[in-house]
Amino acid sequence: MGLLGLLSKLFHKSGSSAKSDTGAVKMVESKRKEEKSVADKITVGHVHMSGCTGCLVSLADNYGGLLTILDRYADLVYGLTLADVRHIPKMDVALVEGSCCINDKCSVDEIKETREKAAVVVAVGGCACYGNITRFCRGGQQNQPQHESFLPIGDLIKVDVYIPGCAPTPQMIRNVCVMAYLLLKGNAEQKALATSYLKPLMDLAAKGTEACFCNLMTEVINQGLCMGCGSCAAACPVRAITHEYGKPQGQRDLCIKCGACYAQCPRSFYSFDVVNNYEAILGAINGALQ
Amino acid sequence: MANELGNYKTCVSARSTDKEILKCSQDGGIVTQLFAFALEEGIIDGAIVAGPGEEPWRPQPMVAMSKDELLAARGTKYNISPNVSFIKEATRSFGLDKVGIVGTPCQMQAIRKGMLYPFGWRDVPDKIALALGIFCMENFPYQSIVQLVEDHAGQKLENVSKMNIGKGKFWVYTDRGAVVDLPLKVTHKYEQPGCHVCLDYVANLADISTGSVGSPDGWSTVFVRNAKGETVWTKAVAAGCFETKPIEQVKPGLELVTKLANEKITKNQKTIAGRASFGAGKALRNPYI
Repeated sequence: MGLLGLLSKLFHKSGSSAKSDTGAVKMVESKRKEEKSVADKITVGHVHMSGCTGCLVSLADNYGGLLTILDRYADLVYGLTLADVRHIPKMDVALVEGSCCINDKCSVDEIKETREKAAVVVAVGGCACYGNITRFCRGGQQNQPQHESFLPIGDLIKVDVYIPGCAPTPQMIRNVCVMAYLLLKGNAEQKALATSYLKPLMDLAAKGTEACFCNLMTEVINQGLCMGCGSCAAACPVRAITHEYGKPQGQRDLCIKCGACYAQCPRSFYSFDVVNNYEAILGAINGALQ
Repeated sequence: MANELGNYKTCVSARSTDKEILKCSQDGGIVTQLFAFALEEGIIDGAIVAGPGEEPWRPQPMVAMSKDELLAARGTKYNISPNVSFIKEATRSFGLDKVGIVGTPCQMQAIRKGMLYPFGWRDVPDKIALALGIFCMENFPYQSIVQLVEDHAGQKLENVSKMNIGKGKFWVYTDRGAVVDLPLKVTHKYEQPGCHVCLDYVANLADISTGSVGSPDGWSTVFVRNAKGETVWTKAVAAGCFETKPIEQVKPGLELVTKLANEKITKNQKTIAGRASFGAGKALRNPYI
């Protein structure tokens, strides 16, 4: 069963609304859709800026799930090493990995072209969102030692969705891919779900291109919102966060500015509409990728 | 208020049948017993619990992989244990494929947000096998507990055998038999500020949540919330782990739970509203979207 049908089924089974009589109609509709599912696929490209390919590896680490996504929901129309396409084509969703080296004309042209060609630009990973480890670059690397200035892509183009983290997890990238599919191809109800799921990630994109452990201080602890759950410490890829007096304490010299801790914090953003439905949403995603 | 107790399939009053667990448990020994059963049955490989820390009554999150380790973590500590900080570590250094975790309502929210948005929790979402939530009105920083027990109650923290909040008071029991109670009016100002925007009293997002409120002394109120919780609970009861009574037949029952849940939610909604006009034309941040 395809994702659209599965989602309808789960949402109607959970009794979240009194629309169960229309459920059957929707099932028929979604079944008809599945028969020509290939035509309904979205087009996705992976644009590689200055990053370590860790985000791409993370996407690939969905293993069978990735194949199912490519089989049923998305066509990969661009991607170094993965698709034999030299120039950035038109696409629905661009997954951009890495920051942009502004000393390299080719990179700058490519990120601008990505914005022109893609309906939705997703910054995948800390480098694309916030600069991450490339913030610490001072140049000097052979054979282009003059390449020293790297900017998060949001400093050059408008970005629609952020996925912070280094690397963002396979599951997180997968969830965003599935939600992007629902947003573009789903019915009204599914579009609404995808919108509410993606909204905080759009808000992060609108908010800016700087991230640090310091966000936990300035926007959570200083704001009187931290309750010491520990989510941030579990999210930190470099183990820079411990807890003092029940509150996160960061070794700021270790922080690579990936943005995972703040995004993971339940007091950075929290939607009751989305999280209260965690079972139905995860059930649908997992089910659709079987 | 419509859904102040969250969704649940069943609600009972219960206590463990294991005398050893009950000897030092906070109330009915529900969490310790459930994890012990789940460990034995292979439902979980280990559980993240609030274990003993370096100072008296200061919890330290730990991964318990045996009944003895679970027993060492019995009882409520009334101060912060960042249990969620171990959620990835449990699947890495400890190598668990099926993780149990106990936490406050906010920690259950953190777990569920993290399952939907695992920015940095690689391969964690599918490994959360049993999430147990505990009722929580508010929590305290460790230094607040020091202040309450040593300054207000006049007891040495290392001599304290149990702390409890009940019947409108904060109770301190010592090894030598002293019992000191403080009115909650005294404790309020020492609460952790982050608790004052929390809109969940009974861990609505846990698989199973439990707490003393609503049940008689030595018993706990238990909400079984979803299919996973129901499977584990039914097996545990069938295995004779718990004595249970229908919640309708115990005093004070669900009425009190509902009343306290509404009190917490109403009070904290006011706090959130107040944050919107906290400064002169400046708002404090609202985490809820």
